[in-house]
Amino acid sequence: MNSHVTVAETTSARFSKYPVDGLAGASFKPEHFDAINGDSAFAGFLEVHAENYMGDGGAPHRLLTAMRERCPVSLHGVCMSIGGQGDIDADHLARFAELARRYEPALVSEHLAWSTHDGVFLNDLLPLPYTAATLERVCAHIDQVQQAIKRPILLENPSTYLLFEESTYSETDFLDEIVERTGCGLLLDVNNVFVSATNHGTSAMDYLSEFPLEHVGEIHLAGHAEQDDGEGHKLLIDSHDGPVADAVWKLFEIVISQCGPIPTLVEWDNDVPDWPVLRAEAAAARAILDRHAQSYMLGRRHA
Amino acid sequence: MPDSGHESAFSTAIRDPYVPTPGGVISAFGGVPAKRFDVYRNNVTVSLVKALAEIFPAVSRIVGEQRFADLARLFVRENPPKSPLLFRYGREFPAFIESFAPARSMPYLADVARLERAWLDAFHAADAAPLSPQSLAAIPPDNLPIARFVAHPAAALTRSPFAAVTIFHTNREERTGQRIDAGIAENGLVTRPGHDVVVRSVPAGTAAFLNALLTDDTLAEAASKATAEDAEFDLSAAIGLMLESGVFAAIESG
Repeated sequence: MNSHVTVAETTSARFSKYPVDGLAGASFKPEHFDAINGDSAFAGFLEVHAENYMGDGGAPHRLLTAMRERCPVSLHGVCMSIGGQGDIDADHLARFAELARRYEPALVSEHLAWSTHDGVFLNDLLPLPYTAATLERVCAHIDQVQQAIKRPILLENPSTYLLFEESTYSETDFLDEIVERTGCGLLLDVNNVFVSATNHGTSAMDYLSEFPLEHVGEIHLAGHAEQDDGEGHKLLIDSHDGPVADAVWKLFEIVISQCGPIPTLVEWDNDVPDWPVLRAEAAAARAILDRHAQSYMLGRRHA
Repeated sequence: MPDSGHESAFSTAIRDPYVPTPGGVISAFGGVPAKRFDVYRNNVTVSLVKALAEIFPAVSRIVGEQRFADLARLFVRENPPKSPLLFRYGREFPAFIESFAPARSMPYLADVARLERAWLDAFHAADAAPLSPQSLAAIPPDNLPIARFVAHPAAALTRSPFAAVTIFHTNREERTGQRIDAGIAENGLVTRPGHDVVVRSVPAGTAAFLNALLTDDTLAEAASKATAEDAEFDLSAAIGLMLESGVFAAIESG
């Protein structure tokens, strides 16, 4: 499955080509470096935000090199502004491509969102209307990124807090069209599905049933926070500052039971706990992957 | 097809809390989506204030978390980042502190901020081996006065009429109970000779010497500038420090 998101063949690989199939992982935080090094039983993968490794040298590259030597790494871009109206920043794309070349990541992903407008960087994953015009632009940007890195990316579904009057596509139809036109894969963020569905009064299960699951190459799980929208409705915030919610675990298990063991990453970016806590979240994800791996294989054999 | 303009409307409203919620955005439940839009406003401002607090932890500790957030919020509004690489953000922050009237009671604050900015640049600087004593010893004595040096990518020198280096260390290491005479001038030398960034205070003559070499003067020119600034200037001690701290990566050929 998901054969369209295999790593491009490299003739001069610097690192072992660790497979990521069926693994669970966690966000890599430099403060966990020693703990991970001392945790020889950890058999997952690590994901980094690409932008944190775009400096020239020093500790970030030293640490990431050491981590890449021991396990698969996923390169997760946060600031490409793929959903933006402006052109992709050529310098930023070159830096991203250089990281993809240098670290030979098992997975490469970016977001359906924008963050730069008119040369100003807004440091958030901002939403876009889903129209024919934005679809065309997003696809052109993805083509450009994929050409630069010489492999397909996985595009992540966003968490959103509001909607655009002018949207003419549902988010799942929009993603489906993008996959169709660009050949990219998808990063299914199950927490984002739950957050957006709650925020817009829709059903997460309906969203998942319309999502092109056969193109998912990675899954994200994370914690969220709860507020209200000032109008009497619950408003969930994609805060990445706590454990994965029970409802999100349930949705995740449904997806895995349908799709088999897709590489799954637990994100935790604020109020980051000690490594054992994050590792336990990844282990919980791995247990679900393992539980369904067997029945999935049996199901396939009997199909 | 024409652009809907949602980006410029978002961008303007996110950066100015007094601008109303952009048109065309809705809540699925009807009603006013103001609080929903405020999530984006809040995410952007809070994350940038947090980024500045991480770049300038000593400044934050000196003024206190809340006052730092107030100061940073003003700065973010006037100087939004132009690059997605936030570890390069805040270059104008020291000058902003200097121009900020309520911070004038702490005249050393801007120089502490300059050291913190230089620290982060050194942290991310390209890897390079420091100039070895052997390379220097290999220069024929007659050529030594006209030698020029290539700065190590991590090297920086800040000169301050205040005890910026002591204040930097005290607050970065969260030491307490130490009385600092802020009026003692300190020159901060920032280097990364091995894995770690090192910030040390160097005497005025040494600072003049290194500053001259960093701006491409010859060894003889730098030594004479140093002696002009500080009659006590000790050339051999300064060369020893230059090698030990790793200010330079190579000797310029020719």
